[in-house]
Amino acid sequence: MADYTTVGKSVKKIDALALAMGTDPYTADYSLPGDPPLVLKFMYSDVAHADIVSLDASRAEALDGVAGVFHFWNCPDTFYTTAGQGYPEPSAYDNRLFDHKVRFVGDRICMVAAETPEIAEEAISLINLEMDPLPTLFDPELSRDPDSPRLHNDGEYMPIPVRYQPEENICAGLNIPLGDVESGMKEADFVVEHRYTTQQSSHAAIEPHVVACYLDPRDRVIIVTATQVPFHARRIVSRVLDIPIQRIRVIKPRIGGGFGGKQEVLLEPYAALATLRTGRSTICEFTRSEVFVSSRTRHPMRVDFKMGVKNDGEITALVMDALMDSGAYGTHGLTVLSNAGAKVLPLFNKIPNMLFSGRSVYTNLPVGGAYRGYGATQSYFGFNQHIDMIARKIGVDFLDYCRKWHIKEGETSEIFRVLGEGKEGVSQVIGSCGLGECIDVGAAAIGWKEKRGKKQSGPNGTVRGVGAAIMMQGSGIPKIDMGAASLKLNEDGSFNLFVGATDLGTGSDTILVQIAAEALKLAPEKIEILSSDTDLTPFDVGAYASSTTYISGGAVKKCALAMVQELRKVAADALGVDALEHGPECFTDPESGESFSYEEIGYRSTYAKNQVQLQTNASHTSDVSPPPFLAQFAEVEVDPETGIVRVVEFVSAVDCGQAINPALAEGQIEGAAVNGISYALTEQYVFNRDGRVTNASFGRYGIYTTADMPKMQTFLIPTHEENGPFGAKSVGEIGINGPAPAIANAIFDAVGVRLYDLPMTPERVYRAMQAASSPSEGSAAEAAE
Amino acid sequence: MTGTITVNGAQVRVEFDSTDTLLDVLRSNGHTEVKRGCSSGECGSCIVLLDDGLVNSCQVFAATALDKKIITSTGLGENGRAHAVHEAFADTGAVQCGFCTPGMVMATYSLLKTSPDPTDEEIREGLVGNLCRCTGYVKIFDAVKLAGERMRKDG
Repeated sequence: MADYTTVGKSVKKIDALALAMGTDPYTADYSLPGDPPLVLKFMYSDVAHADIVSLDASRAEALDGVAGVFHFWNCPDTFYTTAGQGYPEPSAYDNRLFDHKVRFVGDRICMVAAETPEIAEEAISLINLEMDPLPTLFDPELSRDPDSPRLHNDGEYMPIPVRYQPEENICAGLNIPLGDVESGMKEADFVVEHRYTTQQSSHAAIEPHVVACYLDPRDRVIIVTATQVPFHARRIVSRVLDIPIQRIRVIKPRIGGGFGGKQEVLLEPYAALATLRTGRSTICEFTRSEVFVSSRTRHPMRVDFKMGVKNDGEITALVMDALMDSGAYGTHGLTVLSNAGAKVLPLFNKIPNMLFSGRSVYTNLPVGGAYRGYGATQSYFGFNQHIDMIARKIGVDFLDYCRKWHIKEGETSEIFRVLGEGKEGVSQVIGSCGLGECIDVGAAAIGWKEKRGKKQSGPNGTVRGVGAAIMMQGSGIPKIDMGAASLKLNEDGSFNLFVGATDLGTGSDTILVQIAAEALKLAPEKIEILSSDTDLTPFDVGAYASSTTYISGGAVKKCALAMVQELRKVAADALGVDALEHGPECFTDPESGESFSYEEIGYRSTYAKNQVQLQTNASHTSDVSPPPFLAQFAEVEVDPETGIVRVVEFVSAVDCGQAINPALAEGQIEGAAVNGISYALTEQYVFNRDGRVTNASFGRYGIYTTADMPKMQTFLIPTHEENGPFGAKSVGEIGINGPAPAIANAIFDAVGVRLYDLPMTPERVYRAMQAASSPSEGSAAEAAE
Repeated sequence: MTGTITVNGAQVRVEFDSTDTLLDVLRSNGHTEVKRGCSSGECGSCIVLLDDGLVNSCQVFAATALDKKIITSTGLGENGRAHAVHEAFADTGAVQCGFCTPGMVMATYSLLKTSPDPTDEEIREGLVGNLCRCTGYVKIFDAVKLAGERMRKDG
């Protein structure tokens, strides 16, 4: 391992203390010019599908304290996508600010700008609507049924040339053949085939979606927003409202968590519109139930896996078919679906024949979007259970089977080439893979050998089992994601670092400073970072696709190395020597021992000789997306009387390359793992027959609290990724993919039943056990695997 | 309505409607260190001390807080400086997005007042009303223990 000064150290997160006190402002904490701002509130549909025949806002508009009512008939009708992706976005342009139609319970009808929330609510109650109900589509399997309604038939379109068939409610489709699955299946000694389903879930960032907007003295639109994608937000607002990009400034202050939920440009256009129309500052802050219902959810997915296997364990063919419920709009519909294959199938790269097909379809349900894991989470749930079944069938330990067949350093997978995010992928050879060691370390920590298959008794009649899952993700989107950085020397030898990268609580500001500090051979305290302000910082695609450390970090490293060259020139001129050694905050003449410090360089270049502002810029993209790897292990207690599953211990061992900041890297894995555990066991959207979410609150939804916590262990397994800054790969998303399959495999280990549907509620576990114990039921055979 | 509340030792004259919560009044009077995550008492982001008892300030009418002493996260340390609990959260990596942290800090402070050296079980119970989506709570347990250790040392 390379010897680093700052990289690899758990440097304290630079904003941690101010955040702990509460003094570093989030969007809702800003004082806006001309306070108090107008409050924006939406009126939502309480039916799942209907035409808005007429809307009469006259009484609302007449109400004292109402500054405006915004709806389809007085707003731009541009189709766009709220998906905060690169341009052109690989998501359907099927969304308007407001429409003459509503497509789910919680869809926007109109918006009121008023002096107070109470006035806004009263105004909403005064709006007269005439709605013409339409037939509804709740079951994604019925999307193509001739009797099903068409959700989008008004000229919606896909901005890139890919499959888009709104006439069949299909917002994206894929068909990726590799080799010949038919003959592959014929070579197999046996076939394992199952259907797995996963559910909607909420990001549940503790800070709700919020945006504030005002006009500066030159009437530019200033948007302060809790976003993961400030530059995409600026571009999308510009297009939707038809105002030049240069007239918009997007500022991202501290964000209270995102997890993909704030990769949506959900509220920014509305605040900008209301500010432009009224000339007033505005604020739009979602309530918790609005976050649940009207923001975005994880896309539910039905995944069918069929694998042909030889008795020695070789998988000769794999068929994967996915049906993704995109809800009422197609945000991320193509790319989440793609990722369900692209981030999963290369893991077992020796399968010669594969067919991955899938559809994303519209339904009259809440809208899917980006969510940590991004399709891989949905797919790994079935994939790892399938591998567990195969290993059991051929009598090989699950971990031994994984060790043998997973992708290794120096190997590739055809999937990398044929499948990217919504288009062709990029070939790559794995440069670093510590998965074997992850498996070994994790297995030892959970006590795999001692516990696996032992069905040990737990307290109160429970039975214990252990299960595992292995996975990979990526590091940024190759040849697409771009991040940029600039550095400026101050005369005292300190630096300002400007990055477009977006710290949504992950600590990316801190690790980007560490990367710059390492290259500059400088203490991180000597660097002040400013991030995510579209006026002041260079471009960055934003915080998604596990890209920030790898892509933005690559830009920062390049930028800092370019600065080292500039500093060297000044020092060489000052000392009259060309061959200088770069040391801590200085350059030294190895002959004379004389050195010239950054501070001396700063004063000289600013005030004394050949005066210049030393400043460097760099941009970074990557031709590859080096996967981090992870092995996760769950020990569970299952109560056969009730079906209650308790996770006793959870272990993660991750290869994220060189962790830039180990404490922050662990934090990413721990947070993702706990989110994944509650996704596996408790989190779900409950709908009534009309498509209304009936549990839209923290209390009824069920995210994990301190009281639910299992014992947790997290290990960072160091590798060195040549393509990453100082050997780093990503770590943000991967940790959420393993809990559901590891727990499902552990439940099987304990009580011999398979759970094919998430969440694995006590009722489902109980019913699965009942079915297995009744010999007339088909699933008894599975129990006997 | 008008009245006086005492926030972090300072008397504040406040104007409010009868249905305004303590959270509304604190935030509109500049105490934005108290966060709003749900408005239904389920996330704990708005937890403050009200006469030494922990409350979700979104669940308390402002009127009931009149003439009472309120301590928020910024009032925990001396003269507005960081308190040992803040330091412990920062030092252990227990702060990610930080939105839940001021509330966590208040719950931790209150727990450590009654249990200076808390067991895991006491921490689970003491922080059960504070949701965090970023950290998975692991480093928050570490923070509570470190804060306890430092507070015990400092007496």
